[in-house]
Amino acid sequence: MEKRGSIVYLEDITVSFDGFQVLRGVDFYVDRGELRALIGPNGAGKTTLLDVICGKVKPATGRVIFGDHTDLTTLEEHEITMLGIGRKFQTPAVFKHLTLVENLTLALRQPRGVWSTLFGAVGTTQMDKIAPTLATLGLLDKAHHKAGALAHGEMQWLEIGMVIVQEPALFLLDEPVAGMTKDERERTGQLLQRLAQDHAVLVVEHDMEFVRQTAHRVTVLHEGSILCEGSVDMVQRNPRVVEVYLGRGHKVDAHDSRS
Amino acid sequence: MKYSPAWKKALIPGSILAALLLIGLPILNALGVLSDYYLNLFGKYLALAILALGMDLIWGYTGILSLGQAIFFGCGAYAMGMHLMLESSGQGVYGERIPDFMVWNRVTTLPLFWKPFQYFPLAVLLALAIPAVAACIFGILTFRRRVSGTYFAILTQAMAFATWLMCNRNEMNLGGTNGLTDFKSLFGVSLHTPFALRTLYLVTALCLVGSFIACKWLVGSKMGLVLTALRDQEQRLRFLGYPIAQYKIFIFALAAALAGLSGILYAPQVGIITPSQIGVLPSLEVVVWVATGGRGTLIGALLGAVGINAARSLLTAYYPEWWPIILGGLFVGVVILFPDGLVGIPNQLRQRLRRTRAQLFERSVPGSVPSPTGRGV
Repeated sequence: MEKRGSIVYLEDITVSFDGFQVLRGVDFYVDRGELRALIGPNGAGKTTLLDVICGKVKPATGRVIFGDHTDLTTLEEHEITMLGIGRKFQTPAVFKHLTLVENLTLALRQPRGVWSTLFGAVGTTQMDKIAPTLATLGLLDKAHHKAGALAHGEMQWLEIGMVIVQEPALFLLDEPVAGMTKDERERTGQLLQRLAQDHAVLVVEHDMEFVRQTAHRVTVLHEGSILCEGSVDMVQRNPRVVEVYLGRGHKVDAHDSRS
Repeated sequence: MKYSPAWKKALIPGSILAALLLIGLPILNALGVLSDYYLNLFGKYLALAILALGMDLIWGYTGILSLGQAIFFGCGAYAMGMHLMLESSGQGVYGERIPDFMVWNRVTTLPLFWKPFQYFPLAVLLALAIPAVAACIFGILTFRRRVSGTYFAILTQAMAFATWLMCNRNEMNLGGTNGLTDFKSLFGVSLHTPFALRTLYLVTALCLVGSFIACKWLVGSKMGLVLTALRDQEQRLRFLGYPIAQYKIFIFALAAALAGLSGILYAPQVGIITPSQIGVLPSLEVVVWVATGGRGTLIGALLGAVGINAARSLLTAYYPEWWPIILGGLFVGVVILFPDGLVGIPNQLRQRLRRTRAQLFERSVPGSVPSPTGRGV
């Protein structure tokens, strides 16, 4: 672990909304090249943890260290994104009035300033990244359709694709398989595993089958604190996790533990 | 994946517009079909169309409702008005080197802030720069603090009201409620000659065509994608790494500069600029032009500005007291019946026709199951 090091490290993070503590002094890290799943009951603070990393929520206390020594809590959202953190939201957020190609064009890794957007041409090398990404997502035949016309699962994929072409070092994925069919879930799982080969991925997911299929390690959040952390099997055997989240009789072949 | 360059998309509509305004109308004027009076009137509408283009950029494309565009228009018109006043100073009733209204207010020397406007290039530069810089400052104060939507609209409206109040005061040395008028000449050429009127028309048409092509290029470039994305899903765009506030400030300043340009061209053609043209109501009227013509199309804004102003000239000649009611009725009617504006009507009719045909088809097939979407096949 010393050699690889963590890509993001959260230290003593506390977040409260209107006096209610959503995260209570959380210490958490994700290693480089790791696929980590974040699970826990509704309201445990999973999405808020992602929000803290990508700058959507500023913590009351604590630090978020990205890479070796960059403190993210002092940066704005777009600066954090450009450091190499890509976020996929829980409800699919795509630009519905633009085509798939246009959506991905906006997400391509390019300078984001006003002047470079005005005068910087979209080069062929960058445009050449869009077609393979669409092919990977199985959306190549819909390249010039409006994103608003896509099915729910396809919209989820498009948003994952938008994060991919940003070429981030760390992927933050909030429920990427929500509302997908079994077949779509399997394909998404394969996609995430391929991503995890050379990126760090942090994924919030309720679907335990999906988590077991994809994640290297699992962190369980409960009422704003980390309950336990470890392999999928270890977490599923933990009596506290079974009690607060998975439920009794849910131990080994848990399918979907949505509460 | 091909990406067609933005200037190509601007070329065809730009040249059609150029042919119409820079060749078509002047030929009609030369043949005597269109009198100088109407050419001058048309020049005024085209100047206002530039104001509408800016409004369409910020509201139609970017989704930011500014209710203060007339402030920036006023900056341009007053700057040009000041230059014209100074150019004809000394020819006034009192023969002083300062505008007549200052003599009435017992001002004896030209106020310092008037001095730069003696020089035409400086006056034009300031007429464009003052609105742009003012919009930048206002944008930094609001957009960087993430003031948006209704709050932003209300703030701009308050600014428009404050500007109107300020310009009404004689102490501002801008002519008070009477504004600036009695312009005589530009570059020593009397403004009342047919030559001056025709030249002003041509310059205005040229500026409009230029602005139109520039705006078309802008919305066809990657910038256009960013603006549309900003309108539809600001949060998503922010987490793609775009500095949202910078983009909003840029487009607000650009719309303000276009409004300034519109004012520069408006003042000499109309011969007067008063506070009544820069307050809350004229700002709202710009919104009506763009909404009526069709948002987010540029050509719609242009047609809306020209069409409504032409209708105003026509109708106020016969029924002056009815005009506000007609304008209000038109706005409400268009918004309810044609949400995409006048340029959106063909498309809307086509869709309705398709729907009706589908319904007729369903009815003609007995026992056919209505489609679950309710929109037919």
